[in-house]
Amino acid sequence: MRYVEEFQDPAAARRLLEDIRAAVTRPWALMEVCGGQTHSIIRHGIDQLLPEEVELIHGPGCPVCVTPLEVIDKALEIASRPGVFFCSFGDMLRVPGTGRDLFRVRGEGGDVRVVYSPLDALRIARRNPDREVVFFGIGFETTAPPNAMAVLQAHRLGVRNFSMLVSHVRVPPAIEAVMRSPSCRVQAFLAAGHVCSVMGVAEYPPLAERYRVPVVVTGFEPLDILEGVRRAVRQLERGEHTVDNAYARAVRPEGNPAARAVLADVFEVVDRAWRGIGTIPDSGWRLSERYRAYDAEARFAVEGIATREPAECRSGEVLQGLIKPHECEAFGTACTPRTPLGATMVSSEGACAAYHLYRRLGGPAARSAASSHAAPPPGTPSPAAPSPVTPSVEASPVV
Amino acid sequence: MCLAVPGRVLEIEERDGVRMASVDFGGVVKDVCLEYLPDLRVGEYAIVHVGFALQRLDEESARQTLALFEGLGLLEEEFGDAWEQAAREHEGEAQA
Ligand code: SF4
Repeated sequence: MRYVEEFQDPAAARRLLEDIRAAVTRPWALMEVCGGQTHSIIRHGIDQLLPEEVELIHGPGCPVCVTPLEVIDKALEIASRPGVFFCSFGDMLRVPGTGRDLFRVRGEGGDVRVVYSPLDALRIARRNPDREVVFFGIGFETTAPPNAMAVLQAHRLGVRNFSMLVSHVRVPPAIEAVMRSPSCRVQAFLAAGHVCSVMGVAEYPPLAERYRVPVVVTGFEPLDILEGVRRAVRQLERGEHTVDNAYARAVRPEGNPAARAVLADVFEVVDRAWRGIGTIPDSGWRLSERYRAYDAEARFAVEGIATREPAECRSGEVLQGLIKPHECEAFGTACTPRTPLGATMVSSEGACAAYHLYRRLGGPAARSAASSHAAPPPGTPSPAAPSPVTPSVEASPVV
Repeated sequence: MCLAVPGRVLEIEERDGVRMASVDFGGVVKDVCLEYLPDLRVGEYAIVHVGFALQRLDEESARQTLALFEGLGLLEEEFGDAWEQAAREHEGEAQA
């Protein structure tokens, strides 16, 4: 159990919690979309401090977790090739592919480099013109503009030995997929603050309207999350469903127009497979026609990849908020951060990793998960068995 | 991965036609691209993600966030040695 005293500003936290408690009259299920928020919630025990009635369901917003296994395997294959410098953010090193990860590939002699920024990868390419330098371009709308700039800059400077393995994902189609799932219990969303710092909030009113669901743009710090919950609960209790910005200090309604302009130039929207979930229409980006020459998949023609996901891993259900991590049989036994079976056990944002790190092993700490099954919110169909988001029939043209 | 850390602009220069800055994150100084916030000035704060300034931030909230991140060890996670972190996880020490 966590205590409010551990917060940076306990008085403010207590006020917010009291407000939430005073407002709540019935059970509500809120989904925080972003893995960074999930981590913060578990780290600070926010789910345990909230009144019984408010359940936080963890969403699919961990880019490391949803990058399709096939793309991870392509990355591992490219990184193993002689003459290739494979550059990646540090979070990807231990994401399990079929049988190995980037950490292992380096141990086997692959030249894998961790970079802080995609521009670092471009710099490595310019310094090593006799090598092929490949950058692993994953992430949500927050990470896509930096990656897009690296491609644009390579193009401007004529850097030919640079390419990118692109597997970007977009939040709004994922929200839509969650809402369309027959087993959906989510009644309000805490939208990912930094995604909105880039994209603004214009994509959300149609979703709030169509699914009659409040969307509250929320930051990552404990007080930000409590404020997001407070505003979402207030809307739910009043029967409202609007888009509300609870993170105004970092999110302007129009987002970052310069970044959005570069995104529109360098990338184009495609259907994208999400690991464990399936293909979600229009949920990703790939390089646009104009920059296709920088596409590592085309350059390295990685074919014939046979992917194999461990059967016992239930990360797809975790990512859709259908189960909590400790409800997975393998959690903490066959699957630990040291021997991750699924990507959600890696990365600081994976829900399984967060539960493991902060010792959420079930028991009283799991009351939100347990009570949610006992008492589904009124009006919400209670599924007998969790079913995944309906995958679209078309295969993604990229992966 | 989506962590964005507030930092203060120390210096601005043009490099290869791109606006770049040195940015101070509570003691750690990094190169940051300002192409998406071209009017950011020396002394101002912005939230920075993977080496790009994405949105301006007022000084007070930037300082508070930095202090919080520092206390939580998030700065180390963001700017520390990822190979060491991965190796620690591999050895199982991260569970401790
Ligand atoms: S605990 Fe491990 S095996 Fe179970 S869902 Fe999470 S990542 Fe998969």
